[in-house]
Amino acid sequence: MPIKYGVPSDPDYNERLREFEARIARGEKIEPGDWMPEEYRRQLIRMISQHAHSEVVGMLPEGAWITRAPTLKRKMILVAKVQDEAGHGQYLYHAAETLGISREAMLEALLSGKAKYSSIFNYPTLTWADIGTIGWLVDGAAIKNQTMLAACSYGPYSRAMVRICAEETFHHKQGKEMVLLYAKGTPKQRQMAQDAINRWWWPALMMMGPHDKDSPNTEILVRWGIKTKTNDQVRQEFINEHAPEILEAGLTIPDPELRYDEATGNWIHGPINWDEFWQVVGGNGPMNKERLEARRRAHAEGAWVREALEAYAAKKQKTAVAV
Amino acid sequence: MRSEVREALIAKLTALADDEVILAHRNSEWVGHGPILEEDIALANIVQDELGHATLWYGLRQQLDGSDPDQLAFFRDANEYRCCELVELPKGDWAFTMLRQYLFDLYEALWLEAARHSTYQPLADAVQKIIREERFHLQHTQAWVERLGQGTEESNRRLQQALEMQWSYAQQLFVPIPGEELLVAEGIVPDLAPIKERWLEHSTRHLQAAGLKLPINPGYQPTSRAYHTEHLWSLLAEMQSTARWDAEAKVW
Repeated sequence: MPIKYGVPSDPDYNERLREFEARIARGEKIEPGDWMPEEYRRQLIRMISQHAHSEVVGMLPEGAWITRAPTLKRKMILVAKVQDEAGHGQYLYHAAETLGISREAMLEALLSGKAKYSSIFNYPTLTWADIGTIGWLVDGAAIKNQTMLAACSYGPYSRAMVRICAEETFHHKQGKEMVLLYAKGTPKQRQMAQDAINRWWWPALMMMGPHDKDSPNTEILVRWGIKTKTNDQVRQEFINEHAPEILEAGLTIPDPELRYDEATGNWIHGPINWDEFWQVVGGNGPMNKERLEARRRAHAEGAWVREALEAYAAKKQKTAVAV
Repeated sequence: MRSEVREALIAKLTALADDEVILAHRNSEWVGHGPILEEDIALANIVQDELGHATLWYGLRQQLDGSDPDQLAFFRDANEYRCCELVELPKGDWAFTMLRQYLFDLYEALWLEAARHSTYQPLADAVQKIIREERFHLQHTQAWVERLGQGTEESNRRLQQALEMQWSYAQQLFVPIPGEELLVAEGIVPDLAPIKERWLEHSTRHLQAAGLKLPINPGYQPTSRAYHTEHLWSLLAEMQSTARWDAEAKVW
């Protein structure tokens, strides 16, 4: 029987919505098959599939450096990291499937350009230090967001986040260790590390999304326990952790207005260039076209392989029936 | 250990490690571009194991002559590498990559099986560590050969094409390196001749069951590991570009 998703025109919608919101208020998890508003389902599919796509597209900028990693150990660590991202993509797609959407439909939305993924992956990885910086800043920002989502009201998403956070924490540590090492290294290494921080700092701040006042989804997401913090809160946590560490390493942050506020204990950042953010979200970032093209190419070139798998499985099934 | 045996063992360990490093490089080119997400994961796993094997072999060499594994991997030129030519060939399509991996995995699994009883204890210990994961690789790639061979006309054709290209290259895996007979005589490494026989028997049976034909005219078969394909230079230029980018850098 198809799962029932509530819409406001249902006669019992208001009553069920009250029960649903009371469950969330009590801290209960909503599980697949439970009654839920259609809008809750829609928002979750949007978020989880975006998140899955981000993992899959996120394999590209880092994966490109596997062949150029400078030591056997770094190469091994990077392959393991990119593999983790594929794994995250996989269980996030599964989490979204519990809401009644297929992986094929989600992939189709990605390849057609309809679905979004984190805009951070539309920036290029120009040097090896970018790999460390992505681990430190980009994964650092992702962890802040994902730790928040681990407490979210939808059971499968929340559990996926718990697992993913554990692995991301590892990536974050490795990335930080690399950048700190290069910050103390030769002049060239140092400069490479600084250049990477300069390029990734602002995009990392933008990862948490627009300011609360410009974020139309935030209110309902908070009310239904999908998000438990606002974009600005998460961004502030990220800056408070990372800004002092970067400065401590002897590197600079490309924000002349950045300052520590004694009264609140917060690091206050200067204005974010939201024009750039919306340009990238809208498809005009430096790598949007290439990233999508790489995904499309892999999908198209893999078509004959997937067909072969199906044909083989069908033959095996026929033999099994005949026997 | 007599010095000529030691020299031969150093050369053999280098050849073993170089095969793994270069094959891992080719396989890693797929990560993020595989035909299904699950295969990105599986191939990334194989790459990590291969890098692990390379680290083990270079590590055994390090015990003998103090050489640094990263120096060997990132600061030797193409003409100093001792990998076989099979692993250097560009990754090709999925059939090409899976077939090469199968042919290599079968060789490696059989070699490891025979090397378990090496009289050189560090080698025997290393083999114990990796023999299980090599069996997993073989299971995985063996299954792919069967699926692609028996899948569609197209997948069969692509796999057959890969086989035409790779079959004779694969034979180089069984060409002893100079001095290898000394190692065999001392029981340090297994004799390649009986391994080749088993490899031929297994692979022929499996490939034919998958609906493939062994090439009638196998073509050029490389022998000396001192020679390479024209691909190795650019492969290393890419692989070593970061490590060699800053002459002053001590650590990465």
